[in-house]
Amino acid sequence: MPEGILETHQALGEITHIVDPAKIVEVCRHFKHEEQFNRLSAVTAVDWHPAEPRFEVVYHLHSTSANKRLRLKCRLASVKDGANPEIESVYSIWRSADWFEREVFDMFGIRFANHPNLQRILMPLDWEGHPLRKDYPVHGYKYSYPDQK
Amino acid sequence: MKRSLDLDPVATIPAEHVEPATPSAPRLMTLNMGPQHPSTHGVLRIMLELEGETIRKAVPDIGFLHTGIEKQCEALNWQQVTPLTDRVDYLANLSNNLVYALAVEKLLQLEIPARAQWTRVMMAEFSRLNSHLVWLGTHAIDIGAMSVFFYCFREREEILRIMEMFSGQRMMTSYIRIGGLALELPRGWQEAVGKFVRTFPSKIDEYENLLDSNPIWKIRTQGVGFISLEDMLDMGVTGPMVRAAGLALDCRKTEPYSSYDKFDFKVPTRTENDVYSRYRVRLEEMRESTKLIQQAMEGMPEGPYLADAPHVVLPDREKMKTQMEALIYHFKIVTEGFRVPAGEVYQCVESPRGEIGYYVVSDGTTKPYRLHMRTPSFANLQCLGTLLKDILIADSIAALGSMDFVLGDTDR
Repeated sequence: MPEGILETHQALGEITHIVDPAKIVEVCRHFKHEEQFNRLSAVTAVDWHPAEPRFEVVYHLHSTSANKRLRLKCRLASVKDGANPEIESVYSIWRSADWFEREVFDMFGIRFANHPNLQRILMPLDWEGHPLRKDYPVHGYKYSYPDQK
Repeated sequence: MKRSLDLDPVATIPAEHVEPATPSAPRLMTLNMGPQHPSTHGVLRIMLELEGETIRKAVPDIGFLHTGIEKQCEALNWQQVTPLTDRVDYLANLSNNLVYALAVEKLLQLEIPARAQWTRVMMAEFSRLNSHLVWLGTHAIDIGAMSVFFYCFREREEILRIMEMFSGQRMMTSYIRIGGLALELPRGWQEAVGKFVRTFPSKIDEYENLLDSNPIWKIRTQGVGFISLEDMLDMGVTGPMVRAAGLALDCRKTEPYSSYDKFDFKVPTRTENDVYSRYRVRLEEMRESTKLIQQAMEGMPEGPYLADAPHVVLPDREKMKTQMEALIYHFKIVTEGFRVPAGEVYQCVESPRGEIGYYVVSDGTTKPYRLHMRTPSFANLQCLGTLLKDILIADSIAALGSMDFVLGDTDR
């Protein structure tokens, strides 16, 4: 087991490793090169607002040669003054991380350091806020009521 | 005299405004393709940098169809999410229903009766045929073969009629529900499905004849749109594109769900890795799907179509009139919805476009806490820049079509 794995869970036949966010690139490199996880199937995040650590970044790995799947999770605490939390990008290991991480940035406002092109992908470029955060409303539009700004 | 076609269009611009092209720094033109270009099948915008007619750089711009489905799912209860999953990939809606139902059933640890599982296989294969027929027709139109479209939509109409027979809906069926199916199989379904299964293989031969005896089709598709298998796996591509490059990657075989392991079918692969081989792979898949439908029809087990789980599945109307428990469960499921134990699950299903993976997180309440849809079109589109690099702009239409993406599936 590589350094940086804090806990390991197994539930419903799926293995989850909780990874130290500072070590995510080393852990991913280990799984790609030592354990043949040649595909990064998906990257997403979960917002546990108002609990802390608030965000979980979830990586789904897949090995086509060994036919195995693995889930890696990093817990990120929210940053004071509304700044975005940050984690290292895994683009240098799998290029599929490009759009997956852009989507997570767009929807959750989690920044990925050393990402080649970290900008919004689904929402308009000038959109304010990150829709999949739990404190973002499901219905309504911020300018629906003229007296409210 | 020079004809107008031979004139350099730049020559008409005053010379002082034109930077001369040199071999080391060729003159590039930026062209905006889409978002309403017909060959993009929806609203995809691609920014192309052209050197003459050769694409040097292609940058896709997506998000025009983003409807926030993942956010909406968090506000609905578990069963109410099913109709939304139809609208993600509107050509293969039953694959989306299936992956959602399987994921939630895994969290609930429900046992699904064999009859429901086999019907699910049959309907998922019908939606694969539906999707491949739409793809083949529109892909052929893009390349210039108009008539194939009409032949494909003729058979698609039959599939939509069968869908309507089963669920009452032609396209947005929501037929696969958590705990089983929406309705019992309709009276006379064997005749309708049997007639389709008997006639459809000859229709596939017809498409094959129409296209393979067309030299233009072959010239436009063979040797066009190459992208290496390593690049595709690295960029998250799945589905027929990977299988046309020689890797038999198919969730139905590698991670069987819903009794696919009890069926006899092959995963067609090719090694040429061009637009033509992707067409061949999908054509063979249609043949395999027909075989799967036939096996499901012939071996359809008897029994209930819903799981024995009164806290999840709505009770029988007759029981509600006589049994107090049934009435209580009905009231609870309808007013509040059922609760799903806390946990997380990643379930994948082979859709016509590749791997659909739903990552479902429950916090033990009646609503999904988080539902992430890993859709194949989104992941497959990532390779667009690599696929279109250094090919002619006319070939880009063929290469785009061979990817078979649905923009609703991309943008969600």
